Amino acid sequence: MSGNLEIDFLASSTRALGDAQLRRNFRRAMDGLMAKHAAVFPDPAEWTRLRALGAAIRAKNLLKLPELLEQLEKNLTSNGITVHWARTTAEANQVVLRLLEAHGIESLESDLGEYIIQLDGEMPSHIIMPAIHKNKDQIARLFSQKIKNAKYTEEVDELTAMARAVLRRKFFEAQAGLSGVNFAVAETGTLCLVENEGNGRMSTHVPPLHIALMGLEKVVERLEEVPPLYSLLTRSATGQAISTYFNLISGPRSGGEQDGPREVHLVILDNGRSRIYQDPELRVTLACIRCGACMNHCPVYTRIGGHAYEAVYPGPIGSILTPQVEGVGLRHELPHASSLCGACAEVCPVQIPITHLLIRLRRESGHKLPGSTVLGAGEARSGLEALAWSVWGWVLGHPRVYRLSTWFATRFWRLLPAGAPVLKAWTRSRHKPRAARRSLQEMARSKGVPHV
Amino acid sequence: MSEREAILAGLRAARPQEAPPALDFSVLEEKRWDPQERVARLRRAMSAVKTEFIEAGPGDWPKAVVDCVLRENLPNLLFGPHTTEGRALAAAWPDRGPRLAPYDQPVETFKQELFEDIAAGFTTTLGGIAETGGLLLAPGPFEPRLLSLVPPVHLALLRADRIFDTLFQAFRELGWNRQLPANALVISGPSKTADIEQTLAYGVHGPKRLIVVLVS
Repeated sequence: MSGNLEIDFLASSTRALGDAQLRRNFRRAMDGLMAKHAAVFPDPAEWTRLRALGAAIRAKNLLKLPELLEQLEKNLTSNGITVHWARTTAEANQVVLRLLEAHGIESLESDLGEYIIQLDGEMPSHIIMPAIHKNKDQIARLFSQKIKNAKYTEEVDELTAMARAVLRRKFFEAQAGLSGVNFAVAETGTLCLVENEGNGRMSTHVPPLHIALMGLEKVVERLEEVPPLYSLLTRSATGQAISTYFNLISGPRSGGEQDGPREVHLVILDNGRSRIYQDPELRVTLACIRCGACMNHCPVYTRIGGHAYEAVYPGPIGSILTPQVEGVGLRHELPHASSLCGACAEVCPVQIPITHLLIRLRRESGHKLPGSTVLGAGEARSGLEALAWSVWGWVLGHPRVYRLSTWFATRFWRLLPAGAPVLKAWTRSRHKPRAARRSLQEMARSKGVPHV
Repeated sequence: MSEREAILAGLRAARPQEAPPALDFSVLEEKRWDPQERVARLRRAMSAVKTEFIEAGPGDWPKAVVDCVLRENLPNLLFGPHTTEGRALAAAWPDRGPRLAPYDQPVETFKQELFEDIAAGFTTTLGGIAETGGLLLAPGPFEPRLLSLVPPVHLALLRADRIFDTLFQAFRELGWNRQLPANALVISGPSKTADIEQTLAYGVHGPKRLIVVLVS
């Protein structure tokens, strides 16, 4: 079991459920996002075909992953972009720090939402809208406290203008810009960035050094595979037909150019992805294009928000990804953070069968399946649970004992108090179930059904 | 073993030996509109995100740009002086009034002015996208990357007969799968954000206004 006492999903989700303001903020935001999602996919036939194409593209690219990464590296290098590889986040950080050649560098988030939460020392609560848990009054207070000479205002335009003024100065002065990558095109050696604000373009084109960081699954073979994925991404994420900017970077400043970075570097990060790749069923986790539609439509996420997951990726995708990256023992509660209603899989633009993977990981957490390569498989095994199952198995294997126990259960169940040990875990938030007066077997026998 | 070799060896060992699925792009290939409808769709989509449009003819668009700069009271306009369009604009520029500033030196010697004094930037485009709205740009030596990003107003020249049906079709027709410029862009409106309570606000980091000069 986990030695990390800080991770406690049950406690953090219970706390989140009790925060009325947080629940209002998420309810409002998720309702809005679901409505926009429905509006931007008005034609079910188009949605079905586009999504089938998106899923096929991702499946094909994952299938050819090792050779596509080599092709990408070759073409990026010939375009003048330096490629680095990192097995862990620590290695990736080392690469970045080496490039920055110094410590104590101020690092600043330039996306408005990320900037807001960085001011407050928080983590993102959503992968697309990091500050979605805050309302504008909370942001207004934060800005008036944290930004020098800022006046208090609740006008969104004025708050945005304040952040613009602060960050423009930073873009002007910055010596390096750090970005992610939405898609990396192998055949052309291109890094694609999707954004609305312009901070991505500022970070990648103003400073003399641009460092991009991507998970190794982001590679697509051909440029023509990008438009369908891009369309699925922006529509699924925020209900936009297209983002404000789609930035394709295939090289640093060339000979004749007046601007653009002098150096572009790409760090390709593994961090457990090649282990996920080994499992034929779980591999599809890597198809994710990080749109966040699964969290926007998740009844659990909507009620507890992103912070309760205590992970970089919250919501349904986080509940399958985090346990695989950090260990299904350490994160054994996350695969249970779902009612298995299936909304996540239904809206996933690349058809990841999230509910199936949740069930698979629930099993892996307590019971290592034969040949399993899942990190921490079996580590969350509980002695009490194992005992209960072996008693159950023994009872089922002995018909007389089974008959006797169901006879007792149907007669005396009602005498068992709702707060009895074990049963308490169920009745804490639910009614105690009512038992039938006779077992099914007894009723069948009384009707003369043979062989029962 | 290097990090690279360790990662690739792991992936190669696990690579499934299956035939890749066939890709059916027909859902994108079928999206076709006639020329008028392409213009109408692009205008509708981009206007919905606050893009402004000015109509002009093939001969008088430089005058339309000058009129716009005067009307908006812009003190200056940054442009790439070495394109055909740049030369046409310079030829039509009035002797007195707002300054037409060339972006013809490395950003290092020009950064302060670019960030603090320049009011607007003018660029050409390679075309537009009818399906979703959007302009295709390929910044480079003649029209630097920051020309369409740092100035608070971006004026972009779009020829109505260069509007593609979809981004998919544009990539194909421009041959970008064979050779992409060092930087290529799709711009569909002024910079925007919805990070505060999902309320749309324009002009967060990039241009606050996008004005398309539509030539037909």
